[in-house]
Amino acid sequence: MKYYNKLIFEISKPGRVGYSLPQSDFGNYSLADLPQTLRRETPAELPEVSELDVVRHYTNVSNKNFGVETGFYPLGSCTMKYNPKINEEMAAMPAFTTLHPRQSEESVQGALRLYYELAQALAEISGLAEFTLNPFAGAHGELTGLMLMRQYHIKRGDLKRTKVIVPDSAHGTNPASAAVCGLEIVEVPSTPEGTIDVAKLEPLLDDTIAGIMMTNPNTLGIFEKEIPQIAKLVHGCGGLLYYDGANLNPLLGRCRPGDMGFDIMHINLHKTFSTPHGGGGPGSGPVGVAAALVDYLPRPRVVKHGDRYAVEGGADSLGSVSGFFGNFGVMMRAYAYILSLGKEQIKHVGELATLNANYVKESLKDCYYLPIEGICKHEFVFDGLLDKSTGVTTLDVAKRLLDYGYHAPTIYFPLLFHQSIMIEPTETESKETLDEFIEAMRTVAREAIDDPEMVKSAPHVTPVRRLDETTAAKNPILRFKDLNY
Amino acid sequence: MYKYFPHTESDIAEMLERIGVASLDDLYAEIPESIRFDKDYNLKKSMSEDEVRNYFKELGNLNHPLTVFAGGGAYDHYSPSVIGQLIARSEYLTAYTPYQPEISQGTLQYIFEFQSMMCELTGMECCNASMYDGATATAEAMLMAIAHAKKRNKVIISRTVSERVIAVVETYARFHGVTLDYIPENDGVTDKAAMEQMLEANDVAGVIVSTPNRYGIIEDFTGFAESTHAHKTLFIVNADPSAMAVLKTPGEWGADIACGDGQSLGMPLNFGGPYVGYLAASRDLVRKLPGRIVGATKDVDGKRAFVLTLQAREQHIRRQKANSNICSNQSLMALYVTIYMALMGKRGLQEVNEKSYAGAHYLCDKLLATGKFSLCFDKPFLKEFAVRTTLNRETLMKHLEEKGFLAGIPVEGTDDTILFCVTEKRTREEIDNLVSLIEQEG
Ligand SMILES: Cc1ncc(COP(=O)(O)O)c(C=O)c1O
Repeated sequence: MKYYNKLIFEISKPGRVGYSLPQSDFGNYSLADLPQTLRRETPAELPEVSELDVVRHYTNVSNKNFGVETGFYPLGSCTMKYNPKINEEMAAMPAFTTLHPRQSEESVQGALRLYYELAQALAEISGLAEFTLNPFAGAHGELTGLMLMRQYHIKRGDLKRTKVIVPDSAHGTNPASAAVCGLEIVEVPSTPEGTIDVAKLEPLLDDTIAGIMMTNPNTLGIFEKEIPQIAKLVHGCGGLLYYDGANLNPLLGRCRPGDMGFDIMHINLHKTFSTPHGGGGPGSGPVGVAAALVDYLPRPRVVKHGDRYAVEGGADSLGSVSGFFGNFGVMMRAYAYILSLGKEQIKHVGELATLNANYVKESLKDCYYLPIEGICKHEFVFDGLLDKSTGVTTLDVAKRLLDYGYHAPTIYFPLLFHQSIMIEPTETESKETLDEFIEAMRTVAREAIDDPEMVKSAPHVTPVRRLDETTAAKNPILRFKDLNY
Repeated sequence: MYKYFPHTESDIAEMLERIGVASLDDLYAEIPESIRFDKDYNLKKSMSEDEVRNYFKELGNLNHPLTVFAGGGAYDHYSPSVIGQLIARSEYLTAYTPYQPEISQGTLQYIFEFQSMMCELTGMECCNASMYDGATATAEAMLMAIAHAKKRNKVIISRTVSERVIAVVETYARFHGVTLDYIPENDGVTDKAAMEQMLEANDVAGVIVSTPNRYGIIEDFTGFAESTHAHKTLFIVNADPSAMAVLKTPGEWGADIACGDGQSLGMPLNFGGPYVGYLAASRDLVRKLPGRIVGATKDVDGKRAFVLTLQAREQHIRRQKANSNICSNQSLMALYVTIYMALMGKRGLQEVNEKSYAGAHYLCDKLLATGKFSLCFDKPFLKEFAVRTTLNRETLMKHLEEKGFLAGIPVEGTDDTILFCVTEKRTREEIDNLVSLIEQEG
């Protein structure tokens, strides 16, 4: 296929249309009757294209993308597992997609039941009392969870608690969510083994601490085995524990955040529960809480009375975080996944994801620098190539992998190392796929020694090559109207 | 073995050997005994594909899709068949955020097109890659105003903004520590004089209004930009993007920030989500925008390409100092509305509004003619309008629901007012049927 590089505006021709609307016969009503002051002065310059123009354009544009179905996508922290097709079919059922969110409870019992049952299943898997499915993504779940944390303290009249502890290995959304929630961030350092330094945590704990945000396994893929002690300390000072569920996948079947002592958590349905990432959403970030926090969950809340499902507010609720019920279509996919796997299969997800990650780690640590030895969980982090003399950086390795038909791992996160390469294979990948990837990684490591310039100028065979990001940021061109090339 | 797990027994054995452990259990050896989960989950048994289908069908049968004469933030517009099929392409559907631009030009390009089209519709100069929904987009607009003003901590919002949006803005304001005050409504629209008085103290970072507002009224913001800007206050307009094809745009009203929900651009109702929020601004506020933004650039060979840009605003770089915590947004839904806007084009969106306007005014006149309804406000509207009824509202709506109609939504804070909505999808026959059922009531 020839290289396609047009914008939709560039194939527009005045007069073409790509739609058909019904004739209407309502008589003499016309927009022209609106006062001139309320009407748009100049028309919006939207494209004018035929239906085939549109179909061909977006098909060709899609060919410049890489998804899980294109190839292996070991993007650490993102859990790029296979997105099952049956989930898509279920989410497209008109009996749900045509429902208006303001319909009466009686007319949406199926949708409410789905919401309720999914929330129950997540509570069981997490070891927590109850879930809201309203938050739209992981970061939105974090924000909602921190609001719950604050609401808990506020309702107890404990108003001094305005700080939250965040490990230095945390994902950027953790401190950012805390800031949006009006909390002050206190950073706790990691030990050389990559886990929270409990000795340095202790002195931070006092009656101004609202709680701690953690993920376990942490962003290095290492299980925080001191968690019972951490929970005891944080609870001891009156704080709560928040669990960032982005890393829940390896725990399926093995360990539950509620049992570890976490009071609040979010789950990324678009990670652990197989819903597609859609190029950056829509995701879904359900938030679960321990029994003591149930009354503070956001509105609307879906509850069950006898065999009827109802929507409630709740006087102590923290308020609303979404216009309606959240990303319902994403919930449908996640529920189809949970029903498919069921109790017999969900429990194998964690161990197979962990098996895959350790297999890749052990197969590559003789050519990439593994800063922390030991068994990881679903992901692990290399600190660049083992041989640092070549000048080939993590960025170069990532770009060269694109030439070999792989998506790159997550790079330069976590921030604990300078050359982080974070690899998360997920349980849906076969040994053959992993072996091929391992071979490609080894080839790149060899190339870094034999022909470093070639690696540094990679990628070579992608639809476009390295981009001038500096000019893009210095002189931002953010819409077609401002584009002159 | 399971269809989503490719591991054979021998694969597992070989892999464990390479790792140097004896069993899968050994991979979890460090987890303290006291917190291990070694029971079975109390979940349903694994279902085959047909069992899953049947289960969903069973749940679906408990729903009653209705002929929709309601809006309130979710509009039943025509969804072209093309869109669902294109966005299901795995290259779009199964990609992550475009972190590797060389193999993500598909996502990056459609976001650039989305930003361009939203700028056209709203009359603004820049737009981000999408927000979660219209309500959270409005809350983020409030936070932008606070960050922009630096020393001011107050935002005022019109009572005529949808209560759904206000509820979310209130939550964000309370936890972020923003003082939120309300501009009263006067005859269904924002009380401009009251707003001007509230601005006098020079302590307001932003003013939030909406159009069409919670009653469907097209507000007249003449003089609003002058009044707000005179006090160095940002003027924020929550606007229905579909309607902006024909109504005066936030840009034309002199807004600094436009925000709202893109659901009206042909997206299915989907019981409230996923939809897509948008946040657009004047050029001088671009570095205050939250979330992803795509810009144009060139590759080393001089080929035009697109890339995530101005990332120094974002959480992965700035952490707690970031403009916002947003990471994943609603990207695929941004693609949805981009394809919609491409198909409908310049002419189609005007036609959608023309037909919605005609249908809504036809229904309104027919309702008034029954003698059982009166208009709440004598103000211009597009596709949504509020009427008071002499009938028992709850009984009426229940009866109509039994006949298959979602006959508007009750206006909060009243016991006799209904907000009706008519889109281009509603036929004259449907409207006549609805009205004749209403005539039999009472
Ligand atoms: C550890 C961690 N926390 C939080 C998030 C934020 O999730 P989302 O993008 O769904 O907001 C991510 C996503 O990349 C993550 O990896």
